Amino acid sequence: MSASTFGSGIRRREDPRLITGSATYTDDINLHGTLHAAMLRSPYAHARIAGIDTSQASQAPGVVAVYTAADTEGELAPAPCAWLLPNSELKIADFHCLAKETVRYVGDIVAVVVAESQYQACDALDLIEVDYEPLDTVVEPKQAAATNAPQLHAGIEGNQAFHWTVTGGGDIGEAFEKADVVVSETIVQQRLIPNAMEPRAALASYKPATGELTLWSTTQNPHIVRFLCSLVTNVPEDRLRVIAPEVGGGFGSKIAVYPADFITVFCSKRLGVPVKWVESRTENYQATTHGRDHIQEIELAATADGKITGIRATVWAGMGAYLSTAAPGIPTILHGLMLSGVYDIPAIHEDVYGIYTNTTPVEAYRGAGRPEATFMLERLVDLLAAKIGADPAEIRRRNFIPKFDDGHDVVTGLTYDSGDYAGALGKLLDEAGYAQLRADQAAARENGRYIGLGLSTYVEICGLGPSQVAGAIGFQGGLWESAILRFHPSGKVHVMIGASPHGQGEETTFAQIVAGELGVSPDDVKVIHGDTDNTPMGWGTYGSRTTAVGGAALALAARKIREKAKIIAAHLLEAAVEDMDYEDGKFFVKGSPDSSKTIQDIALMANVAWNMPEGVEAGLEATSFYDPPNFVFPYGAHLAVVEIDPETGHVELKRYVAVDDCGPQINPVIVEGQVHGGIVQGIGQALWEEAVYDEGGQLLTGSMLDYAIPRADRLPDIEVHSTVTPSPHHPLGVKGIGEAGTIASTAAVYNAVIDALQPLGVEGVRMPLTPERVWRSIQDVQERN
Amino acid sequence: MYAPEFQYYRAASVAEAAELLSKNPDAKILAGGHSLIPVLKLRLAAPSALIDIGRIEVLRGIECSSGTIRIGALTTHAELAASAELRARAQALAEAAGMIGDPAVRNRGTIGGNVAHADPASDLPQVLSCLGAEFLITGPQGERRLGASEFFEGLMSTALGEDEILTAIELPEAGAGEGSAYAKFAHPASRYAVIGAAAKVAANNGTCTAASVVLGGLCPAPVRAEAVERALVGRSLTDEAIGSASRATAESLDDDEVLGDVYASAGYRKAVAPVWVRRAVTAAASRSG
Ligand SMILES: Cc1cc2nc3c(=O)[nH]c(=O)nc-3n(C[C@H](O)[C@H](O)[C@H](O)COP(=O)(O)OP(=O)(O)OC[C@H]3O[C@@H](n4cnc5c(N)ncnc54)[C@H](O)[C@@H]3O)c2cc1C
Repeated sequence: MSASTFGSGIRRREDPRLITGSATYTDDINLHGTLHAAMLRSPYAHARIAGIDTSQASQAPGVVAVYTAADTEGELAPAPCAWLLPNSELKIADFHCLAKETVRYVGDIVAVVVAESQYQACDALDLIEVDYEPLDTVVEPKQAAATNAPQLHAGIEGNQAFHWTVTGGGDIGEAFEKADVVVSETIVQQRLIPNAMEPRAALASYKPATGELTLWSTTQNPHIVRFLCSLVTNVPEDRLRVIAPEVGGGFGSKIAVYPADFITVFCSKRLGVPVKWVESRTENYQATTHGRDHIQEIELAATADGKITGIRATVWAGMGAYLSTAAPGIPTILHGLMLSGVYDIPAIHEDVYGIYTNTTPVEAYRGAGRPEATFMLERLVDLLAAKIGADPAEIRRRNFIPKFDDGHDVVTGLTYDSGDYAGALGKLLDEAGYAQLRADQAAARENGRYIGLGLSTYVEICGLGPSQVAGAIGFQGGLWESAILRFHPSGKVHVMIGASPHGQGEETTFAQIVAGELGVSPDDVKVIHGDTDNTPMGWGTYGSRTTAVGGAALALAARKIREKAKIIAAHLLEAAVEDMDYEDGKFFVKGSPDSSKTIQDIALMANVAWNMPEGVEAGLEATSFYDPPNFVFPYGAHLAVVEIDPETGHVELKRYVAVDDCGPQINPVIVEGQVHGGIVQGIGQALWEEAVYDEGGQLLTGSMLDYAIPRADRLPDIEVHSTVTPSPHHPLGVKGIGEAGTIASTAAVYNAVIDALQPLGVEGVRMPLTPERVWRSIQDVQERN
Repeated sequence: MYAPEFQYYRAASVAEAAELLSKNPDAKILAGGHSLIPVLKLRLAAPSALIDIGRIEVLRGIECSSGTIRIGALTTHAELAASAELRARAQALAEAAGMIGDPAVRNRGTIGGNVAHADPASDLPQVLSCLGAEFLITGPQGERRLGASEFFEGLMSTALGEDEILTAIELPEAGAGEGSAYAKFAHPASRYAVIGAAAKVAANNGTCTAASVVLGGLCPAPVRAEAVERALVGRSLTDEAIGSASRATAESLDDDEVLGDVYASAGYRKAVAPVWVRRAVTAAASRSG
């Protein structure tokens, strides 16, 4: 197989097992003697626990144990927050695994029942009597920050978890004072529910004889779970094995470590038998992390001809009742530092207030901070265009950072790697036929039809990231990745990698990387991941980093193998190493390609080691650690076309065209799939999705009957195009693509809807753009006039 | 979630099902399970037993004879949607059945379960009301037959006794010059009806001779839009006439009755309902004589 495997759209090897139902998820693993845990969760968003009576539940059929906070005293530490945002007055409230004294959101765990069957455990939950004394609740972050708001945590004034600021470039006050034009808006980035297809689950198996514990977990990062679980449960890290078997999607919601997982571990330790917990979809909605939840007050200063001179923003980020594992970094580092976007902006200032509310904790959710940043910018830029009467495409061109291929500094302190933003927009406008679309739109308006075009040009930060930066920004871990690449005697390959793909397709793309580097067939490469006992250390799959960081580690391991193989080949061909050449898996003396040794020949010799060069170790295996020198910055330009029915407010998405640049594509079909999925999740935010709480903190959209996930039949075919700009600092030139679509698409659809409504005088509508909201916005304008 | 414990019986005949029902006072009939199982899993109900009627073949199928269509209670939504007979003789029913949920729901859900459950956001109650259906019921007191307005009593409640089984639904075939249609505003999550409008129109040379318009999704039980019907009869079925007749929809909607939720408020539903009435009537008119 030739090196051209790198870059070809071969089929995902993951799919046969996934689509035939033969994949093994956590709940599919059955150990002899397993007991089943069910969590009693608070039905109140805020209440004092005056008493818990578990006596009846303990007597129920099949029940083995019932535990409350009192039982775990000294054995379970609080669930940790592991992103200790510096210079932000960060105040972390204890997130007790089992609530002590107070519950603070609907879903807080009060007790656990362990029984012989899952049904018995659930039946017994109904028998636990908890005496709750309800307290006042607050669910909206800006309200929670106001004086007189109910207080969630003693000693955390104003419910403020942190106050983080980014200031860059020139004087922001002056930028606004001198501005010819100022536009401003308040945006609600509504709270979203990630909806991984597989709910979360944990199976813990403690062996009293050895003190070893194995935890099967639906996680995106098994090594982080091992590290933090060991701290929380006191199982030493060397005795703790964490396995992420097949994981059915995460979108960020499986990054965090959760109380329920630690409780399951506690139960297995206490009882000395395996204990399994599988959340219901109701629990998934109530207690698996949510995303977004910002109130953003934003403004932009510009010159009369539309050159941006400053951006200023205040954001209230709802964090939920407690800080989830990585939560503080999301609305800050991953959001505020991206406020320059694709534009050359001389002055930026943002205040972000992280606020506790009586709601489910938030975490990273596909895009994690960057969709919220892109949305702000893309709204402001469109408002600016409208204000000065320029076309939205033109206003973007006037402000783009010019093409660069080896580093560009923005005032927030980041150095982008490479980009040609005008190039991506140009390609988009050509592919979409923008000029014609504008002409069609004008003609449709004449006929009383409301068609809108929405642009979104974005750059995002991913491939997290240099570990030194991780340390500087308070991330309590490294952000490098490692890979072991091992040739077996027959020339087949095992890759053991610390990253933990869960649906993205890296079992396929990693095999393609090896194939590209060493000329083996991708079919000969098995990729092993997700088991802390069988894989080297890794920091996990999130932040579009698996290929960007783990893939780089793998490529470097392959290159080490190539160097070693060259030495062995030279020995076998009785030539000097300097005289050796390599092509497509063959090593030969320069100029004589006919007499060569294949990588498989060398693998066999290295493994039997009958005839090795002096001083060269047996085996053909390499380990690499890759700590990226910088993040990578994929970018692109998207266009949405919508039509509004003014009579009912319905929005029809008619076309969606995307141009994305993630550098060289290892597998363009997988890239396209990631772009599709990402775009659809962003469209979901614009049009359908919202976790709605009532004032008392009850989740009104508590199931898929009410929470609207995008459906294929409501979407047009997504037109996907790309440009290719390698990252200058990456061994393969590649950038991440897992989140790009989501980062771009919400703004594109939103802008299209506002563009369509422009002749009706509507300037803003709160998301999601439900028919009623759109209809009311039209009614409101008509009533005003 | 996990359902509470219950006994399970599979009935081989309607008689056996009836007997099981009378022996287990707290039992529930199980048809397609697409409404009942979610209710059990959410622990909103805890029947002592489920009596599965799913294998009683005589309850399945569509028969047309002498102007009457008889539909067995177990006929699935997919079967309704695919039926050439219904598409020719009761267009609105086939059309509505094809808009229910998604393919999995249509393959399992039954017409009998749908109307017995009487969810206000269902599609079939308003269609069957519009088309003049009758409901055939078997119970300890023997058989009885109810019209739609007697059958549907309110929010998730019907005239079916706890010990009764719905066996079939009968409706008249579309006569000469008659056409019917269904227009739906589907909820983006559940796909249930936020608003569902069923219309049947009879016309002679383009003039409306009779009209039946029934709305679902809006109120606890199907609502007949009598003012719209009156405004249509005797008119020539132009777009303008249909549009103006549809605007009378609100007259039949009692403000205290109209339902609202986080997705669509009562006020909004009421304000935009005429649009779906217009669409249904327009489509029905285009199929009429
Ligand atoms: C995801 C989803 C989407 C849906 N979308 C829609 C939609 O868009 N529109 C719509 O109209 N419906 C929708 N439904 C409901 C669907 O149509 C159900 O299948 C139907 O309402 C119930 O039929 P069933 O055969 O499944 O009844 P079951 O769930 O088996 O029973 C429902 C109730 O009826 C009783 N019952 C059933 N059959 C009889 C009988 N013959 N005699 C007496 N009592 C009986 C049962 O005891 C039970 O109380 C949806 C359901 C789901 C799960």
